[in-house]
Amino acid sequence: MSAPASDHGHVEPTSFTFTPENLELAKRIIAKYPAGKQASACMPLLDVAQRQHGGWLPRVAMDAVADLLGMPRIRVYEVATFYTMYNKNPVGRHHIQVCTTTPCWLRGSDEIVHACKNKLGIGVGETTADGQFTLGEVECSGACVNAPVVQIGDDYYEDVAPEHIDGLIEALKRGETPKPGSQIGRRSSEPVGGPTTLKDFTTAQADD
Amino acid sequence: MLRDEDRIFTNLYGFQDFGLDGARKRGDWDNTAAILANGREWIIEQVKESGLRGRGGAGFSTGMKWSFMPKNVTDKPVYLVINADEGEPGTCKDRDILRHDPHKLIEGCLIAGFAIGASACYIYIRGEFYNEGSNVQRAIDEAYAAGLIGKNACGTGYSYDVYIHRGAGAYICGEETALIESIEGKKGQPRNKPPFPAQAGLYSCPTTVNNVESIAVVPTILRRGASWFAGIGRPKNSGTKLFCISGHVNNPCNVEEEMGIPLKELIERHAGGVRGGWDNLLAVIPGGSSVPVLPKEICDTVLMDFDSLREVRSGLGTAAVIVMDKSTDIVKAIARLSQFYAHESCGQCTPCREGTGWMNRVMQRMVSGNARLEEIDMLLEVTKQVEGHTICALGDAAAWPIQGLFRHFRPEVERRIQAYRNAAPLAAE
Repeated sequence: MSAPASDHGHVEPTSFTFTPENLELAKRIIAKYPAGKQASACMPLLDVAQRQHGGWLPRVAMDAVADLLGMPRIRVYEVATFYTMYNKNPVGRHHIQVCTTTPCWLRGSDEIVHACKNKLGIGVGETTADGQFTLGEVECSGACVNAPVVQIGDDYYEDVAPEHIDGLIEALKRGETPKPGSQIGRRSSEPVGGPTTLKDFTTAQADD
Repeated sequence: MLRDEDRIFTNLYGFQDFGLDGARKRGDWDNTAAILANGREWIIEQVKESGLRGRGGAGFSTGMKWSFMPKNVTDKPVYLVINADEGEPGTCKDRDILRHDPHKLIEGCLIAGFAIGASACYIYIRGEFYNEGSNVQRAIDEAYAAGLIGKNACGTGYSYDVYIHRGAGAYICGEETALIESIEGKKGQPRNKPPFPAQAGLYSCPTTVNNVESIAVVPTILRRGASWFAGIGRPKNSGTKLFCISGHVNNPCNVEEEMGIPLKELIERHAGGVRGGWDNLLAVIPGGSSVPVLPKEICDTVLMDFDSLREVRSGLGTAAVIVMDKSTDIVKAIARLSQFYAHESCGQCTPCREGTGWMNRVMQRMVSGNARLEEIDMLLEVTKQVEGHTICALGDAAAWPIQGLFRHFRPEVERRIQAYRNAAPLAAE
């Protein structure tokens, strides 16, 4: 098992304190679980800590979660190192994660990865020198009928073609959030060209 | 083909408001109190009679599962847990329920929770579904504000809480006991059974874990009657089903159809057909990555339900149809799944931890043909050693795609091995 401490040569901060707002949020999260079962809040609090700390979890943030929940620190390290969405190393401001599992691969995810590498000038698992972008490959994103899928931050970009990558990344560089979802104009998971079913439900409701 | 009036997920594609107002207009939360007034036993009997089988992959009777819950538990809480950790490659149906029809799920959570005597429900949503989870949370907030859940839910005197717990990127948490461990704040490693969750699940309390789709169809089944649902599809394979059609089709999509629809009709009617036409079809994985692949000649006639697909030694699984045309490197397509399982093994059981990695390494060599012919049988033997020898089904799920590949495409792998040896006879020795 990899230790939660630095293994990429980055500098680990020496302290981490939840903001007052996040401490309030933590209390609300802990209240979702029965008394005495506050360890259940470990995962959501690691997420809160990661978001507060620019997208990654230094060891001191794991310690803060452990202390807040009265858990042995090693139990929190176990959780933080088991789940892939907890980043134990710094990531760029924009975390670009390309799904490459079979359904996306059949629809050309190799070309998407290639286009991202070319555009960003980095390899998979690397971060641009300006700290703006990290490129990753992930296992099935669960949006397979809209493959290929690229997750950027919390948003899914779907039906992506290599020629979309330049525009997406340029928009992020300008500080914009490109419109998530299908990049070829589908509403969601209906067939291109419109649903084969439920045609009465393809417009907003007429209450009216 | 299923008629629109028999479709349950009328907002599958999200053209309409997913919130409470929109949901009510589609018939959700319509006098739910009257359903609950029929009592726990009635609800469980109706769900049994409807023939509903779990939509998460295993296909076990949902009503039967509920009936295993202990009755008259007074000394500890009882929980309903919803498995929304959708991540089986090919599968993206629960995502549409979560983001576009969350009230169907929450109403189902109330009814199912009432039927098993639960006091609370946790909906475990995969962490990557951040926006989908936010829609569900909004729907939960609306349901509380309208008195539909919480204290005195729907005015029935029954108190019931619904919470979201978000995952953080671990396929194994779709296994029900790993999911429970994860809610308890641990790494997601499956538990030995027995005890089964119905006896000792979340926080060691009686627990039922159900898939999103299984629960979201329950309110409609109870409103329209068990016989309505049972009358769709074939005996023991009844009802409507969400299918996900991905890969080499002209129009990949999700669609709700009748159980037992012919695979060919499903693909041609809703997904615009196979790219290049039906004759350009090579193979289909019919039920998500874990089930064995089927060659075209079986796809020509097979029906999409539990028993039909079992008869051809595959499975309905999650009803995620991954279509591959003749341009596909079928060995690479399956090897990529081996890589997936090696990545997702939780590491608890030796046959899976070591076996998935070993199978993946050999499969990657098979892609280029850099192997010896006798290694094929060795690989198949290892899949048999992994299968059935682990705490959970991930080991089986890693073994089956490889077994399916060699059942139907062994000559292709042998050809590659021979070609590799011919090209580099010394290196291959």
